[in-house]
Amino acid sequence: MNYLYYPGCSLKGTGKAYEESLLAVFDTINVLLEELEDWNCCGATAYMSISELKAFALSARNFALAERQNRDTGTARLLVPCAACYLGLNKAQRYLNEYPELFSTVKEALDEADLILSGPISIRHPLDVIYSDIGLKTIKDNVVRPLQGLKFACYYGCQIVRPYADFDDQFKPYTMDRIVQAVGAEAVDWPLKTRCCGGSLTGTIKDVGLRLSYILISEAKKRGCDMIATACPLCQFNLECYQKEMRKLYRHELDIPIVYFTQIIGMALGIDPHKLGLHRLFMSPLTAFQMRATSGGVHVRN
Amino acid sequence: MEEWRGWRKISYESELDHLFVNEIASIPGGDKLFTCIQCGTCSGMCPLSPYMDYTPRQIIAMIRAGLRWEVLSCYTTWLCASCYSCTVECPKEIKLTDIMYAVKRMAIKQGVYPKKFPIPILANEFFKSVEDSGRSSEGRLILKLFLKTNPLKLFRQTGLGLSLFLKGRFSLKKETIQRKNELRSVIKALETEHMVKSREELGLLKETTI
Ligand code: SF4
Ligand code: SF4
Ligand code: SF4
Ligand code: SF4
Repeated sequence: MNYLYYPGCSLKGTGKAYEESLLAVFDTINVLLEELEDWNCCGATAYMSISELKAFALSARNFALAERQNRDTGTARLLVPCAACYLGLNKAQRYLNEYPELFSTVKEALDEADLILSGPISIRHPLDVIYSDIGLKTIKDNVVRPLQGLKFACYYGCQIVRPYADFDDQFKPYTMDRIVQAVGAEAVDWPLKTRCCGGSLTGTIKDVGLRLSYILISEAKKRGCDMIATACPLCQFNLECYQKEMRKLYRHELDIPIVYFTQIIGMALGIDPHKLGLHRLFMSPLTAFQMRATSGGVHVRN
Repeated sequence: MEEWRGWRKISYESELDHLFVNEIASIPGGDKLFTCIQCGTCSGMCPLSPYMDYTPRQIIAMIRAGLRWEVLSCYTTWLCASCYSCTVECPKEIKLTDIMYAVKRMAIKQGVYPKKFPIPILANEFFKSVEDSGRSSEGRLILKLFLKTNPLKLFRQTGLGLSLFLKGRFSLKKETIQRKNELRSVIKALETEHMVKSREELGLLKETTI
């Protein structure tokens, strides 16, 4: 199995730990990832507010690059971990497909740069790839340190399963829950898996953004979770980085580590925590991992 | 006793702008908005509606009625976090999130938003940085946003910035792609007259930067 990897801007910055843990996990289970050569921003969200057409064209350049770089016989497979990029690229592909005039306009523009846009490519989120392609069995077989006793709230955020994804249930997603269970931990059932965390509102209309993130954290805490598992760099950022402010604002002890689901898999596979970017989190989940995990000790290098 | 709340605000028939709805409906798939049954599912699903001045359902009704100014100047579209809850639940498959984006684009184009309001500024800075270098540089974006909106906030925020920096998650380095010219010719091609015409037919408005 071969995947082209589209990091997106966040995974090179605030979401670095997501990239590190993702690469480490794929490396351990021997699935090859090749970074998309000279990828550009997918043009999601903020770009959409200025020019829809250019946003689609930005995505289309990435598709053309993927087709060019694809060495497999079948359709190019693009692995996209950031929820915003995943949605943006998916949306662009949908619209190019559904609206022929849009397609020809964008195609014509790409021609100017000798970029060829032909067939569709397959845009995949790591949750999808791990659940559907790699399979829970492979993950289970590779677990050396089962995470028994740990309780996670799996938070999918809004833009992974909504509105274009078809690998999970839009209303009650389960793939992350199953993955967490496959490594021996518990996933609580909670109704807020896809409730919006506020997105960039935490930085723009702060009162509202913080409130939305706060609701998620307090509900997860209420259910006795040790950590919240995320699959998007912005969700992770919102839930983790504003805890101090929320504590002040809502007078509520909120401390709870917010990890990427790839870090959870990595810990269970026995990967060095440093390689998983655990040291980049504000609140280290290491103690929680150590206290609860049954067999084997975690080597701390923080 | 009820307190006197001033004059009730009335929109007169003569003030309605019937072209407005067609402009919005011209985005891809936008004509579905004519089928809205005002059921309110979108408002019920929207996690932001308690904070909005008009709920998503009201926005659709107002667009159809032709209340151009009221729609362009409200806070609803700025509060929309593009979470797509409304879009997936609407029984008439109306693409509400796309409509919110269309209203945002129009408001930005016409400059209808409070001064120093962070959202259009963020959108614009993001746009410029990507148009220029093909990628966005998170750190620079945040810095510019604070300088253009409220410089004092920057100092309050530096605590967070510093912590992120220490964790290796924040940098002011400029991110860029290698073949900028390639991207530029794509973007330029979209700006030629012929293209602008076909894009107007597509209902994709021309952008303006602040
Ligand atoms: S949408 Fe994706 S590629 Fe674009 S800035 Fe955000 S993370 Fe980066
Ligand atoms: S939950 Fe928040 S950060 Fe995650 S995709 Fe939705 S808006 Fe974006
Ligand atoms: S859910 Fe759809 S049909 Fe119902 S009010 Fe909203 S837009 Fe109209
Ligand atoms: S996409 Fe916008 S309007 Fe629709 S539910 Fe989400 S926040 Fe509300």
